[in-house]
Amino acid sequence: MRLLGHRLTIPALIGLIIIALNVIAALGAPLIAPFDQADVVGDAWGDPDPQHILGLDNLGRDLFSRLIYGARMSIGLSFVITCLSFFIGVVTGFTAAVMRGWVDLGLSRLVDLLLSMPTLIFAFIILSVLGTDLPVLIITIAILDSVKVFRLARALAMNIAAMEYVEVARVRGEGLWWVITKEILPNAMAPLIAEFGLRFSFAFLFIAALSFLGLGVQPPDADWGSMVRDYRDMINLDSLAPLYPAGAIAILTIGVNFVVDWMLSIHSRSHGEGA
Amino acid sequence: MLRLIAQRLGLGLITLWAASILIFVGTEILPGDLASAILQNSATPESLAEMRSELGLDRPAIVRYGEWLGNAARGDLGHSLASKRDVVEELSPRLKNTVFLAAYAAIIAVPLAVALGLMAAIWQGGVYDRLVNFVTLLTISVPEYLVGYILIKYLSVQMGWFPSLANVTPETPTLDRIYLTFLPVMTLVLVVVAHMMRMTRASVLNIMASPYIEMAFLKGLPKWRVVVRHAFPNALAPIINVIALNLAYLIVGVVVVEAVFVYPGLGQLMVDAVSKHDVPVVQACGLVFAAAFILLNMIADILAILSNPRLRHPR
Repeated sequence: MRLLGHRLTIPALIGLIIIALNVIAALGAPLIAPFDQADVVGDAWGDPDPQHILGLDNLGRDLFSRLIYGARMSIGLSFVITCLSFFIGVVTGFTAAVMRGWVDLGLSRLVDLLLSMPTLIFAFIILSVLGTDLPVLIITIAILDSVKVFRLARALAMNIAAMEYVEVARVRGEGLWWVITKEILPNAMAPLIAEFGLRFSFAFLFIAALSFLGLGVQPPDADWGSMVRDYRDMINLDSLAPLYPAGAIAILTIGVNFVVDWMLSIHSRSHGEGA
Repeated sequence: MLRLIAQRLGLGLITLWAASILIFVGTEILPGDLASAILQNSATPESLAEMRSELGLDRPAIVRYGEWLGNAARGDLGHSLASKRDVVEELSPRLKNTVFLAAYAAIIAVPLAVALGLMAAIWQGGVYDRLVNFVTLLTISVPEYLVGYILIKYLSVQMGWFPSLANVTPETPTLDRIYLTFLPVMTLVLVVVAHMMRMTRASVLNIMASPYIEMAFLKGLPKWRVVVRHAFPNALAPIINVIALNLAYLIVGVVVVEAVFVYPGLGQLMVDAVSKHDVPVVQACGLVFAAAFILLNMIADILAILSNPRLRHPR
């Protein structure tokens, strides 16, 4: 099989299937889930039966339905965060590379400053004051994450900005926005798309970890991370309940990483690896 | 060489200072201020103003920052808003527990990762090598809590070999501690080992492309000897770097692992403090985590200088 003119490897195909299934679950949650996520359909921790294939949760809600609705929250939230962090990171990174001088210097130092602390710890500090409302979570994580996008975008744009066609555009009198969107962006697209996958899985794991720690998505909303938290005590009663949402998180991340690996191998650029 | 090391130390101090500014700005200057965070919905304009003057928030930020930093440098991190106890007192037993956990994990993970990475480099391209690649991809994708709960389910609940909760107290003897914290340590090891191993392999293979390695082969040396004696010492600097980065990552992984195993460490303290808006404790924990992170990066830089003979004996 081929995609975008390149041969798909088996892991990449598996990754794409995993992503597609997750997106379908997230978009079509009300159609797919047998019950509503808030409906109490039986006793707490009821055993699995043909109607409730994964059993019931701590309040007697259908676990499988909750899992499908959780996909919406987890994936939707991470997607919004990644888009925002990309917008911020790419615009500032390209601007720094095109403007050079004190703009570049200032932005780069600011980024070094933000990187002087582990992201999770910095997020804790901000959330301790601003609370854990969804907009706060989204903006905080997006800004912290955009730092890594900035570094890649700046490095990419530095190379492209030195090309003759960019110089031609500038001599022609085009403005900063034109140079960024019409000259640099199209030529930096391939590595940026792979980076998007990496940053998505980072945001996805990050928000899940915050929810697991009780500092992310708050009830009555639920994502996969907070479901692990809600069900964690059941592990001592030999139940699999917390492993389902945790496993869902792992599977989607593995799928995204498979696809990213494949993209990086096509472009054979090592940008962003391990970032 | 001493000058280089002194430079790194200076850089580390400057970074720590920058981190302290970040922590302060993050907790005290951002729009939603502390007083309204503590009072939540019960805030009236009068109670807000009263709380602000009680916390000293009515004074200029730069003055408060100077005071906070000066006190922190003297080892006074203030009092917890929730428990009214001295922050240092509350922090130090927790810090000891976390350092114990991280050091225990590092002692197992680092030699294991280096040895497995060297083996992957020796058998490059083989089944073992491909297995390593696959497992690495798995472990960077799998969150710590999944590993932790799987270990609890099988090794603790079903087999009953290890306790599922790592509830240690300051009185717990060291041997018991090693046993009680075995599962959290295994979780951390599983999460970091694969990445370190893959980077060790990559650094060694990078060196394997150099002419002097070809020379060693032409001399007729066996492959393991070339890898261990000729490639590994030269790959040491990047390997040390990766190990330090992963240990810095361990600090963050510790927060989640502590929550899984209800281990009384610094991460748990910080998470509790964040949900209670207990800012002095959050600031103190943040400072300690940042310092550990910066220290590890600095040690990595210095070890990289020491491992390079050209930098060790400058002309």
